[in-house]
Amino acid sequence: MNGFFKTMAVTAVAAAALLGGTAAQADGERYVLVSHAPDSDSWWNTIKNALALAGEQMDVEVEYRNPPTGDLADMARIIEQAAASGPDGIITTLADPDVLSGPIRAAVDAGIDVIIMNSGTPEQAREIGALMYVGQPEYDAGFAAGQRAAGDGVGSFLCVNHYINSPSSTQRCQGFADGLGVELGNQMIDSGQDPAEIQNRVMAYLNANPDTDAVLTLGPTSADPTILALDQMGLAGDIYFGTFDLGGDIVDAIRDGVIEWGIDQQPFLQAYLPVVVLTNYHRYGVLPGNNINSGPGFVTADALDLVSQLAGEYR
Amino acid sequence: MAESGQGAATALAKDERVKEISGLRKALIRPELGAIVGTIAVFVFFVAFAGDSGMFNAQGVLNWSIVSAQFMIIAVGACMLMIAGEFDLSVGSMIGFAGMSIAIISVTLQWPVWIAILLTLALCVAIGALNGFIVVRTGLPSFIVTLAFLFILRGFTIFFPQLIERQTIIGGIDDAAEGDWLAPVFGGKIGGWIFDWLAEMEMIAVFERGTREGEPIVNGIPMLIVWALVLVAVAHVVLTRTQFGNWVFASGGDAQAARYVGVPVNRVKILMFMFTAFCAFVFATCQVMEFGSAGADRGLLKEFEAIIAVVIGGALLTGGYGSVIGAALGALIFGVVQQGLFFAGVESSLFRVFLGVILLFAVILNTYIRRIITGER
Repeated sequence: MNGFFKTMAVTAVAAAALLGGTAAQADGERYVLVSHAPDSDSWWNTIKNALALAGEQMDVEVEYRNPPTGDLADMARIIEQAAASGPDGIITTLADPDVLSGPIRAAVDAGIDVIIMNSGTPEQAREIGALMYVGQPEYDAGFAAGQRAAGDGVGSFLCVNHYINSPSSTQRCQGFADGLGVELGNQMIDSGQDPAEIQNRVMAYLNANPDTDAVLTLGPTSADPTILALDQMGLAGDIYFGTFDLGGDIVDAIRDGVIEWGIDQQPFLQAYLPVVVLTNYHRYGVLPGNNINSGPGFVTADALDLVSQLAGEYR
Repeated sequence: MAESGQGAATALAKDERVKEISGLRKALIRPELGAIVGTIAVFVFFVAFAGDSGMFNAQGVLNWSIVSAQFMIIAVGACMLMIAGEFDLSVGSMIGFAGMSIAIISVTLQWPVWIAILLTLALCVAIGALNGFIVVRTGLPSFIVTLAFLFILRGFTIFFPQLIERQTIIGGIDDAAEGDWLAPVFGGKIGGWIFDWLAEMEMIAVFERGTREGEPIVNGIPMLIVWALVLVAVAHVVLTRTQFGNWVFASGGDAQAARYVGVPVNRVKILMFMFTAFCAFVFATCQVMEFGSAGADRGLLKEFEAIIAVVIGGALLTGGYGSVIGAALGALIFGVVQQGLFFAGVESSLFRVFLGVILLFAVILNTYIRRIITGER
């Protein structure tokens, strides 16, 4: 028993040192960013970096929170919790309005300024009482990509959905199908989050449906294993391949001609701008008059240098 | 019956077969001791490091109370089942499945919400019974059988809404539940007048703007918390004060020996699987009624969170030993730590590190206690 209490005391001291380390920050405004992403989603690293950079430049305190498994009901609790800790502003995604609108509205009504970023729509952000929406409307982005692909002669596709639980992922696939002018049907697969599984399912689908014209992935989580799958099947560079979002491997694949284009929603701006907007709003009372579209921008093999240099970090 | 007999014996004279145990030792070998120490330590820790961060204002308290109550509901079921010597890894998937079932029946089929709730209850308990039936009939470890149901139920939870509604989240349950008589039992709030009064006395904050301006920020105790407390109380009484409770302990301690003395071990185990499924159903229904939607991702990894809470609460993974109060305290520790680390400003990715450390402490402490009880070295 004695040993137990000794270990407990040691840990408490260690924890105290750790707390002291994080607590010593700028004595300014405090903003909390709540995302819906599970820990395993590497794309959100850019958001974390941009958030930290904005906090540093504006001299404000910033925090990043997410539900570890991506469970949106847990995310609702995190928003309630963020509101209870009394920050100056909350920056959050609106992945599912049914679940999240209650907690977000309560935060707004409690006097906390909210900016919706990434998921959701400008209309939903306004209804909920948020100051503005910063992001890329998902269906529209998918639709634009679909039209572009249709122009390049694509008639059928495979949508590799690695986050089937999120309605916005499905909207991207649906938008792409509508942009092409075809039924989505069974062309969207639930790939799961595990790289090996994603790779195998893509190979299985393409073997079963050899006449598929194009592959659409929804981010690095599904794109990286899909690149490997196409390599193994000898289809790399042959099949039309577009993806949402950027990452290190995606940028390389665009340069090598494996991926036609990447849709960059510029996550950097989604985390950076809300902090800047909120800080200036709280310090000087100035606020831009409309929502900010951070994307879509199509990244192709041209002008790839800066992107590849910063891919996965700020791009 | 057994109780009154015992009472009579002690009233008559000291029974020479009963060994005298000192009060201190009695206190030390209680399964919930570790959890009590842990609860105190956790609260001291957070009062010291997060006392002024909003964690202990009305909103903050409600926040970690709800999270703890969620853990408590599934931990009670997992605890009873673990004492009976079995595991259920399908709890998390069952939560997603139950929520989706309510959504599909009430929103897609447009049936009244109370029918959706009752049908889902029957479905969940039936699946729990099936789990238990397979385990006792085949003699396979429940670990494997329920792992299979973890995948089966999660798969259906994604498949059916995809098939019917072409999406993985079904909303609109709150509109369907409007005026329903059963829905408020899970999604309602009670005691609103207490908070109105507290707000009038300026003890808690009120909304500063919006449609609810002037109303207290906390406007009632969610039924989720009431369910958690009732389940804990009922399970504790059943486990410690009834013959059935003794059967549960006996089934988990040594099933064969229990059979020899006439305990219906198979029936007890199947009933415990059904109870675990019932707890998952309560969790899911409260969540669905509060948020108004069901999603295919609900309840991910909750089975492990339930087991962790139970183990922190002093139950043995091998069965036959444990306490519902301990499991409830384990759930409280889990919830307070999870939410409290945020208030204390700890980097969120370190949450798992703390969770692991606490789990390790709890298991080590429990091993010490078991050695004291059994006298093994």
